[in-house]
Amino acid sequence: MALQAERPPRTASEKAVPGRARSTRKKARPAGGVTWRLRLRRDRGLILMTLPAIGLLLLFNYLPLLGNVVAFQDYNPYVSTNGVTAILHSPMVGLEQFQRMIEDSDFWNALRNTLLLFVIQLLLFFPIPIALALLINSVVRPRVRALSQAIMYLPHFFSWVLVVTVFQQMFGGAGLIAQILQDHGVDGFDLMTNSGIFKYLLTAQMVWKDAGWGVIVFLAALASVSPELYEAAAMDGANRWRRMWHVTLPALRPVIALLLVLRVGDALTVGFEQILLQRKAVGVGASEVLDTYVWSTGIQNGDFSYAAAVGLVKGVVGVCLVLLANKFAHLLGEQGVYKK
Amino acid sequence: MSATVERPRSGTRPRSVWQGPERPVWEEPPTKAGLGAKGLILALCCLAVLGPLWVVIVTSLSPRHVIDSVGGLVVWPEGFTLVNYTELLSGGQVSRAMLVSLGVTTVGTLFSMAVSVLAAYGLSRPGSFAHRALLMGLMTTMFFSAGLIPTYLLVQTLGLTDSYLALILPSAVSVFNILVLRGFFMGISPELTDSARIDGAGELRILWTIIVPLSRAVIAVISLFYAVAYWSAWFNAMIYIDDPAKLPLQNVLMQLVQKNTALPTGLSQRVNAGELSALGLQMAMMVLALVPVALASPFVQRHFKKGMLTGAVKG
Repeated sequence: MALQAERPPRTASEKAVPGRARSTRKKARPAGGVTWRLRLRRDRGLILMTLPAIGLLLLFNYLPLLGNVVAFQDYNPYVSTNGVTAILHSPMVGLEQFQRMIEDSDFWNALRNTLLLFVIQLLLFFPIPIALALLINSVVRPRVRALSQAIMYLPHFFSWVLVVTVFQQMFGGAGLIAQILQDHGVDGFDLMTNSGIFKYLLTAQMVWKDAGWGVIVFLAALASVSPELYEAAAMDGANRWRRMWHVTLPALRPVIALLLVLRVGDALTVGFEQILLQRKAVGVGASEVLDTYVWSTGIQNGDFSYAAAVGLVKGVVGVCLVLLANKFAHLLGEQGVYKK
Repeated sequence: MSATVERPRSGTRPRSVWQGPERPVWEEPPTKAGLGAKGLILALCCLAVLGPLWVVIVTSLSPRHVIDSVGGLVVWPEGFTLVNYTELLSGGQVSRAMLVSLGVTTVGTLFSMAVSVLAAYGLSRPGSFAHRALLMGLMTTMFFSAGLIPTYLLVQTLGLTDSYLALILPSAVSVFNILVLRGFFMGISPELTDSARIDGAGELRILWTIIVPLSRAVIAVISLFYAVAYWSAWFNAMIYIDDPAKLPLQNVLMQLVQKNTALPTGLSQRVNAGELSALGLQMAMMVLALVPVALASPFVQRHFKKGMLTGAVKG
């Protein structure tokens, strides 16, 4: 209370509800007299508003976490009337499922495909939105900018089913290119069933769908760069390439770091829907990744415990990757996903 | 470089909208080769998107004899017919699927938006009771997922199999979308809401009469995100829905992707009788799956940039 003499007088409304004021102090200390009970009464409405969302997340995100216990069981859905009570009646087998996983060549194949695909996409997909953003950012004419952006956003809103169908109609055995080649006497063109280039095909589909969308974040970061910086650089004799190197790219650094962290954290999650649609056509050897493996062993073949074990390993490794990637971003002096 | 800087016009002749702002003194004039290269790359990118769409749309509007004479996809339109669309939409599996998709998308988007806007406003005041705890509870879900198998068992146990709720509830809340909305709500000046509170308005009323009208743009963007997610989803329907009459449009289209010859029953006989072209029907099905999205996005895309960034994580 003694502080009040030094502070500029507050408005009445701020006095009534401390903590809402945008004070410069780190944490708004409740002024004397506002106990947690009062705050609870004051914010009752706000808490009620968050409950539907919290409830849904508890039900569909937190509760199933407990369901991972089936990974340590020999789960049998038929010992009881429904999936959850069956968990209570299934025998515990400890780490048997994980033992099976280590001895399973299909699992290792899925893991290898996952990591390969992650690396290929990091090298071939990740830089493209950055390059496109630099290009669009250097276009001065507003109409040209708006038009090209509008067109490039579009595929992001198409479903994977649609994207894969479009590719099939272009590059498939009965597609447009095969058609044109056939007219010129070349038979048997079909990119969609070629297992050798399948990973690159997936990456191409990703580029077609999402590269234009990825541009937005970078463009927004570039819009906040002050023109004075460019002017000053030009005064110092930097030509347009030097300006890009010393002004534009440093402005993108934090965004790039953030997106890299997110991508690495998701390294084991690659193109689930996309691959599921094309598994049959290409064959499992080249296309199976961890996610599709969980789906096929668990939901298709009913081996729930084993699939849950694979999914659990993937999930745990995924969380570790996020934490590690974030640590690394901090080491580089970037903010990463969350603060220290 | 930047289009926002106000500069005195030299004022000799008016500049057309196709030209940008005047070049600042310090910037080198663009070279012909540079402009040409930029234009070429942009044009190629746009062609890569529009080319395939053009072929699909043109084929879907071509009469059967044109498709047959070309021997496949039609690049240059000759003749025009809506028969493929009228056939698909005159009852049968595709019209049912279309209705299911539209219904799920509409109901799902409204439900998701209600839940998300409420939660975003409930969390938009730092310093409120349990604010940090609730926010952390929300945000942790972004870094892990429970896994496919436990989720599947849960949905089955809840008795949602073969119900439209299975297509809505499990994916109804997107934490990212809530954070974007919350970031925008936090930017609205607290004086507005404070004065309403002093006048005795409850939180719901403040949200509905002050916050929502002020955030129309971001609400439009997030609604579009939700709507597109519902419209494009097919995986949940694949594992939870057994009754073919309840399948959404994407799943009917998916059968076409996986078996290149799949056509809704009833139509295939007429194709075999030579009345219709299978390819034309397939392309029309694709256009049906694409149209709602392509119609909705241009209206909202002005706001994308603003919407995407306000959601930056602020703990």
